[in-house]
Amino acid sequence: MTGEETPGARDIAVVAFAQTDVLRTTDELSEVEMLMPVLHSVLDRTGLKTADIGFTCSGSSDYLAGRAFSFTLALDGVGAWPPISESHVEMDGAWALYEAWTKLLTGDADTALVYSYGKSSPGSLRDVLTRQLDPYYVAPLWPDSVALAALQAQALIDAGQADESALAAVGARSRRVATLNSHAQLRGTVPQGDYAVRPLRTGDCPPVGDGAAAVILAAGERARDLCSRPAWIRGIDHRIEAHSLGVRDLTDSPSTRLAAEKAGAFERPVDTAELHAPFSAQEIVLRKALRLDDSVRVNLSGGALAANPMMAAGLIRLGEAAARIHRGESDRALGHATSGPCLQQNLVAVLEGDAR
Amino acid sequence: MSKEPVAVVGIGQTKHVAARRDVSIAGLVREAARRALDDAELTWVDVDAVVIGKAPDFFEGVMMPELYLADALGAVGKPMLRVHTAGSVGGSTALVAANLVAARVHGTVLTLAFEKQSESNAMWGLSLPVPFQQPLLAGAGGFFAPHVRAYMRRSGAPDTVGSLVAYKDRRNALKNPYAHLHEHDITLEKVRASPMLWDPIRYSETCPSSDGACAMVLTDRAGAARAPRPPAWMLGGAMRSEPTLFAGKDAVSPQAGKDCAADVYRQAGIGDPRRDIDAVEMYVPFSWYEPMWLENLGFADEGEGWKLTEAGVTELDGDLPVNMSGGVLSTNPIGASGMIRFAEAALQVRGQAGEHQVERARRVLGHAYGGGSQFFSMWLVGARPPES
Repeated sequence: MTGEETPGARDIAVVAFAQTDVLRTTDELSEVEMLMPVLHSVLDRTGLKTADIGFTCSGSSDYLAGRAFSFTLALDGVGAWPPISESHVEMDGAWALYEAWTKLLTGDADTALVYSYGKSSPGSLRDVLTRQLDPYYVAPLWPDSVALAALQAQALIDAGQADESALAAVGARSRRVATLNSHAQLRGTVPQGDYAVRPLRTGDCPPVGDGAAAVILAAGERARDLCSRPAWIRGIDHRIEAHSLGVRDLTDSPSTRLAAEKAGAFERPVDTAELHAPFSAQEIVLRKALRLDDSVRVNLSGGALAANPMMAAGLIRLGEAAARIHRGESDRALGHATSGPCLQQNLVAVLEGDAR
Repeated sequence: MSKEPVAVVGIGQTKHVAARRDVSIAGLVREAARRALDDAELTWVDVDAVVIGKAPDFFEGVMMPELYLADALGAVGKPMLRVHTAGSVGGSTALVAANLVAARVHGTVLTLAFEKQSESNAMWGLSLPVPFQQPLLAGAGGFFAPHVRAYMRRSGAPDTVGSLVAYKDRRNALKNPYAHLHEHDITLEKVRASPMLWDPIRYSETCPSSDGACAMVLTDRAGAARAPRPPAWMLGGAMRSEPTLFAGKDAVSPQAGKDCAADVYRQAGIGDPRRDIDAVEMYVPFSWYEPMWLENLGFADEGEGWKLTEAGVTELDGDLPVNMSGGVLSTNPIGASGMIRFAEAALQVRGQAGEHQVERARRVLGHAYGGGSQFFSMWLVGARPPES
């Protein structure tokens, strides 16, 4: 749904964004230690302290940490004393932002801190992600995330919508523009490499890395107090598709299209889009679903092909889109996050700066 | 700004048991969801969004199970959120769903929480060693027993109080067809003679491991007007968190619990909870937590909670019934346990709690907590809509 359609709804904006450098390994850091500087950084940008925040929401996954209730200790980094109003989604932080947005809409809070983090380095991510699949019929076969993405890429090629060189171009462009993003993990000229799983080469796949991100949301005048050019959330929506790959058209992303429609993305063109497309073929699928033509600047950050910290990569897309509005580099930007195999679940946010 | 009032118009639970070997995880959650929709006389197409919660993914060995469960819960093409706030998750999940209605983002939301503990071993899931932290390798009981000891020392409560709670809750469970433990031959002597597990917590004073799911249909004013049965209205709801371990923490009566209750009472216009609230479904996984939470929630002064329990105030026919359903002590599908508290509170004010119905239950509190007594979620529901 869009904020504009609801009578009396509050205007809510992203007013600050911070992220870590994304690194292949962070053995020397606990999750809390990885997160702390980001929390300090995002609070510093607004001058707020933990005690000033009305609602806090985070996203992470126990399976990356390898143990139950892993998020409980991250709360120590927030400094939840005196006690805070707080919640957690076992999802990418983009969905934590969505929960915080609804909380602010109710009027129960005027500001929200949203953070997420993930360390993929301690385990084998391809193996870990197989545990997301249907536990009775699919997971026991251990089909890994790259193999599933390869099915999607092959479906796109078979449908005549891409070829291997088109896929390679997506990866190359992402890493080329990522040279301007000091947080990105893979930057500059990266060889397309050998096949990981046909038709995907290593260059079509995201780097495996660790990272964290945080944003601050604020409502109405509070947003203007905290940020000279707030990134107003004009609409935000998310949709899920069937789990089984056999019942989905992998060359399309109807859930992205529906979420975009509900978020008002098609009402006016956007000038910037940050897409969470971990695999090159997925950017092509998403561009089509979102009707993005060459006039739209897509993934100037380098996107997930340059840095894909699990559970934070989606929130980073929303944060990067908002930061461009903060800096005056965009007036209307789209942020997208995905979850699950082959783009099963998708979130779209439309952000706008005040007219200049 | 005004919030949309939130009504509970459908409630569904599974019969909680040690192992539901006849259904998959998808089958289990669908059963509860189906019952909640039937109660509301709605179908899957009437649901605008699904909010699902459960405790750690390690309990079933499925990472982010909402992905796999989207089809079973009719969520395809809809928004689906997955909440995880440790043991308080069932309550938090309901509150996140309620906020979608209160914020007028959606009209009707299906919320559901589950745990299928038979798919793995909760003791193992809770006992993985963490580098650079003190080992807590004895499950939840080992963590909470010292806090119970501290409560006994601080309040001077006689060591007989815990068994009274267990005896009461297990008898209440006999009146609840969905409860896991139906101990028809329960006696106070049997509770007191049961083996000591984590001193002072005896075997019969601990919760079972259950498979089960609980679902609710939450809707707005228009949806409530169409509901076939009396709705329960949310009069207040809140979450509070504090760090697990730090020097200033009061593990017996955490500040986060007090603050959470105070916020709910403020929203609901409750001045004196002991007088204004008719019954409580509280999260009592170990029997001593009843007197501890009675104090934390403001129903008794500090050190006085055990006296209410001892005097029979919290019995089903007492002045402030607590855990009419049999509580977590009788049924514990961990991720669902908080939502069951919330749902049982709603059943009471709808007058639909059957044999464990409390007469004149107009305002009932649902309570959940989790982590190392660090996460709290609560709601107060009433038979009449909020006034503002």
